[in-house]
Amino acid sequence: MPSPKPAVVHPHLRPNTLGLTVRDYEGAPSTLCAGCGHDSVTAAIVRAFYELERPPHMIAKLSGIGCSSKTPTYFVGGAHGFNSAHGRMPSIATGANAANRSLTYLGISGDGDSLSIGVGQLVHAIRRNLDMLYVIENNGVYGLTKGQFSASADIGTKSKRGEANQYSPIDPVSLALELGASFVARAFSGDKGQLVPILKAGLSHKGFALIDVISPCVTFNDHEGSTKSYLNTRKRMLPVISTDFVAADFVPHAAEITTEYAPGSAVSVKLHDGSTVRLRKLAEDYDTGSRQSAADEVERHRSKGEVPTGLFFVDTNSRDMHDISGTTEVPLSQVPYQKLCPGSAALDELQKSFR
Amino acid sequence: MHQRQVIRTNDFALKLANVNGTGSASANGLLMQAIFRMGIPVSGKNLFPSNIQGLPTWYEVRVSKSGHTARALDYDLCIAMNAETYARDVKEVRSGGALLYDSSWPLDAALSRPDVTFLGVPLARMCNAIFTDSRERILMKNIAYLGTLVALLDIDMGVIDELLEEKFSKKKALRDSNHKALRAGYDFAIENFECPLPIRLEKMHATDDRILIDGNTATALGCLYAGATVAAWYPITPATSVMDSFKELCAEYRKDPETGKNNYCIVQAEDELAAIGMVIGASWNGARAFTSTAGPGISLMGELIGLAYYAEIPAVIVDVQRTGPSTGMPTRTQQGDILACAYASHGDTKHILLFPANPGECFTLAVAAFDLAERFQTPVFVLSDLDIGMNDWVCPRLKWDDGYRPNRGRVLGAAELEKMTKFFRYSPENEDHVAARTLPGVHSKGAFFTRGSGHNKLGGYTEVPDEYQEVMDRLAKKHKAAAAAVPAPILHKQVDAAFGIISLGGCDPAVREAVAALAERGIIADYLRVLGFPFGAEVEAFLAAHERVFVVEQNRDAQLRTLLTMETSAPKEKLRSVLVYGGFPLSSRHVIDGITAQLAQLEHR
Repeated sequence: MPSPKPAVVHPHLRPNTLGLTVRDYEGAPSTLCAGCGHDSVTAAIVRAFYELERPPHMIAKLSGIGCSSKTPTYFVGGAHGFNSAHGRMPSIATGANAANRSLTYLGISGDGDSLSIGVGQLVHAIRRNLDMLYVIENNGVYGLTKGQFSASADIGTKSKRGEANQYSPIDPVSLALELGASFVARAFSGDKGQLVPILKAGLSHKGFALIDVISPCVTFNDHEGSTKSYLNTRKRMLPVISTDFVAADFVPHAAEITTEYAPGSAVSVKLHDGSTVRLRKLAEDYDTGSRQSAADEVERHRSKGEVPTGLFFVDTNSRDMHDISGTTEVPLSQVPYQKLCPGSAALDELQKSFR
Repeated sequence: MHQRQVIRTNDFALKLANVNGTGSASANGLLMQAIFRMGIPVSGKNLFPSNIQGLPTWYEVRVSKSGHTARALDYDLCIAMNAETYARDVKEVRSGGALLYDSSWPLDAALSRPDVTFLGVPLARMCNAIFTDSRERILMKNIAYLGTLVALLDIDMGVIDELLEEKFSKKKALRDSNHKALRAGYDFAIENFECPLPIRLEKMHATDDRILIDGNTATALGCLYAGATVAAWYPITPATSVMDSFKELCAEYRKDPETGKNNYCIVQAEDELAAIGMVIGASWNGARAFTSTAGPGISLMGELIGLAYYAEIPAVIVDVQRTGPSTGMPTRTQQGDILACAYASHGDTKHILLFPANPGECFTLAVAAFDLAERFQTPVFVLSDLDIGMNDWVCPRLKWDDGYRPNRGRVLGAAELEKMTKFFRYSPENEDHVAARTLPGVHSKGAFFTRGSGHNKLGGYTEVPDEYQEVMDRLAKKHKAAAAAVPAPILHKQVDAAFGIISLGGCDPAVREAVAALAERGIIADYLRVLGFPFGAEVEAFLAAHERVFVVEQNRDAQLRTLLTMETSAPKEKLRSVLVYGGFPLSSRHVIDGITAQLAQLEHR
């Protein structure tokens, strides 16, 4: 058992308007390997929720099976969590969302969980434009079973035992763009400055937001010859779109966020909840509102061996599963029974047609 | 036809042999409905192929003034409309019975039978003379033979007129075509045959307070009335019409009057793995949710059913059983999923099962399933079958108690959580061995981590043997406690019974008829029909009270018998099986023959 965290409160910890400090968005201590990329993602998620000032009990965190799927235990202890079955988190999230549309849904998955056993459920959650943020902590390897290649492993990448992968990889970003996801991004666990605003934008987006986070496995995929090692990711990573995020109802001065990346042309995109995400592009002719443009840009860099990152595509006017189904605004789990049962008189009337 | 025959009023069986996709279902449905409206007990069994057009399909109608609705195996009259199956259809007519055929073409003399009356009606020729459209010529042949049957069986023409009027009130041209075809068939019969036949109908009042309904519609109604708001499914025969009906009912009764929005969400999933996942997700989040499926779906759902069992999440699963294994015969009936459902998923799992025997029970047990699932925080299976689900049954009018309130089980609200120092998901337990659960979005004190991995009684992750076993032991006790909560079995007791019969579900009409017929022969049996699993004290008592018990069921491997031997204290030898599993609904003759053959065998030992 890991030892509990010290109960010391840092004097600089400032409460947000809910009166919660960043510590209130933490969870149990991580049991992952020291240096695991996933722990950085966890820290970014804690920061994102804290800054977005979401009440913990209004967050539902769901996962499948794998190292990444363990991480919901490590953030927002005050939120309900559901560690489901391998590759099945999207369906659990779909049902949960169907029952209560008022919560924020965050799904944490990995490349094995999402791109192999669970690819069927992932693609259909995207098709339904389920209102959730879906994070793939992508390390190209099965960690819990000790180092097999996953479906996101690049051709030629070497396993710890020296074996080279021969199969073409599934790129979750291209997949999501193709299937109609309304928010598609990629980030690197080692770049918190980029990851936190993208997470916040994804959490504020209405519809299916997919963030592919390259999150190296220090134990099984951080060696020479691996394309998803820390070193190689840093080398190949290219932020083609940098992201600033301004939350809804945020104090005005915060809007003056500057980016550390070289400025291209900037666009501001207003998200469903009133938040604004400001995107700065490296390529002048790139249209972040165009799926085609995003797909081209991603492919252009990928073919050069680069790992493009950023918020590639966002559609702020998409209809989510509930819009499409015409579901009532009141969470279905809270509709009173009296409104659901037609009663005996209606049954008697209906049965006149059963004669 | 000219020899003297015994007149049999309201007591006979018809077999209609058709080609699927030719519009016969509509005419056959009208026939059954007309008899029902004449107040006469009637049952219709649709024996159809897994195909859309061109393969043989049969519809059997049994008329029984004494109310026997099981499938008949002797046919007094066959309407032979399918040349391909003609030879076997002729063989199935009872000696002294009749066969109606389309005499537009000459009859193959080789297929003739001296003990059967052949009634030739030039259906195709008649329809070709009346109609010009080629599709109409085919469709109306069915209505023309219905017209002939009106004359032959003395069906009330007023009732038929009324039905056509209701059916085609908005399609005048179609109504007129139907009338013309009906009249042509009727007139031909009056002019050429001695009408009515010795088998004939006479108005009764036995269906006055009854309805015609299929089990899947009744199940959907039960889910609607139970307050289900989320439904997830994948299309599969014979369960599809559960969700079709639920969707229709929701469109009618679940639109919010103020906003016009839906107080329901139905998701057509990508497969059954996802369908059950959605049900579990929705139930976890506090909605009443269900899925409907058949055997192949149950196989696919296995993994997540275990998750719901172990994490203690309610789920209602309607299994409209069809013939297995594998794809099996999708349009044929069976009770082959009993064991698959009772112990669905890997590891030690045990579930609550409900066994409706007719559409009326599909309605009540669907409601009961939600109450049990939430009270015991566990998956509950409603095991219907194709015969119940897809055939129209004459049932007592469904009743609803407006005082009903859902039993949501132990769920803590915000106020209760606020007062608590600390909430633990799996402690403390009540007398049902159930602990309180909390729902997301209510209070952060209720937050916990739902997991299918090893957990202790506080809900924490564990790999400690004692902690793991403690939870598993409580789950076993919880399942046992459900024995007193599932609907009690129904006992038909007789004086001086020589043995007992246990059966379930759709076997019921055949078994009841068989019990009555055996009694007439002096063979007296008590009959217990189980409505749920785990088995309660009544089942144990029945087993203890009878030295010999026949278990009647529709599967090869005696699954109910197996369940009884594993889950009660009855010795295995006491239970003998009567098994019919070819895919067609059970007949009383199967039961009578099965039991008497074994009784004779036992005597000769």
